[in-house]
Amino acid sequence: MSPGILGKKIGMTQVFRPDGKVVPVTLLKAGPCVVVQRKTPPQDGYEAVQLGLLEFVKPRRITRPVAGHVKKAGVEGAKFLRELPLGPGDGDLKAGDRVLVEQFKPSDKVDVIGVSKGRGFAGLIKRHHYRGGEASHGSMFHRAPGSIGASSYPSRVFPGLRMAGHMGVARVTVRNLEVIDVDVEENVLVVKGAVPGPNGAYVVVRRARR
Amino acid sequence: MNNPLLTRFVNKRQKKDLPEFRPGDTIRVHVKIREGDKERLQAYEGTVIARKNTGMGETITVRKISFGQGVERIFPLHAPVIDHIDVVRTGRVRRSKLYYLRGLRGKAARLRERE
Repeated sequence: MSPGILGKKIGMTQVFRPDGKVVPVTLLKAGPCVVVQRKTPPQDGYEAVQLGLLEFVKPRRITRPVAGHVKKAGVEGAKFLRELPLGPGDGDLKAGDRVLVEQFKPSDKVDVIGVSKGRGFAGLIKRHHYRGGEASHGSMFHRAPGSIGASSYPSRVFPGLRMAGHMGVARVTVRNLEVIDVDVEENVLVVKGAVPGPNGAYVVVRRARR
Repeated sequence: MNNPLLTRFVNKRQKKDLPEFRPGDTIRVHVKIREGDKERLQAYEGTVIARKNTGMGETITVRKISFGQGVERIFPLHAPVIDHIDVVRTGRVRRSKLYYLRGLRGKAARLRERE
């Protein structure tokens, strides 16, 4: 059993539970994956598997170093590679082994790792949930930061003060999402709740640690 | 909803046995109601005044006059609590949202039958 699987975000919808409750879900195209490399303590100093997502990619979209590396495991058409640490309960996997969605079942808990949507240079309200000022009634203070510290003492701005700046395009982990459904034929994993990134983005799905 | 996998996923879960109806039609919605451990059906009859959203989140707003009081109920179309829907009467209307019916009562709130 693999510690996780690679996939792509398809999009969101909702489903009804048998008791009639609505659950927001994200569909992920998960796998099929292949073990591209098996890292072992004598060789690499730690235990891990490197997975590659099998998908339709134009050959020229894969760099030659990646294509050559992947070929060693007898694989073709994998461009998204990610390593997952291998714990004691994960069993053994060899290079060339397939990793499929079958290993997940409904009510399992998973963590989903992805890259969040880019927001560009974002102000304080969007980036740090500052409240800002009144929009009307003669207020001239709308979305500005306000005071960023005292004056002559300390005569500087403390490091770490939350300010406007670049937001998004960061690695985000969403923990403990419930698996709602698994479609083995279509390689679709249905997970409760939202997942970082736009539709079509690559994600790593791993078994929840706790 | 462009991804074929998402479309297929939704198509599989949507109700297939719903009759065709439009805003302006009068329908009877049979809702499952649990009482203790028994289940029974309750009918709610009224005019469809709006049909909103697509996919699994599609809803209808059904309006009726109950003891002189206007009542509107919003049903998620694909919810399992909806057992089935009967079309009682069709209505000819010229818009998709019939919110103007809220301001009308009695004779003025009638709708002509559709051919």
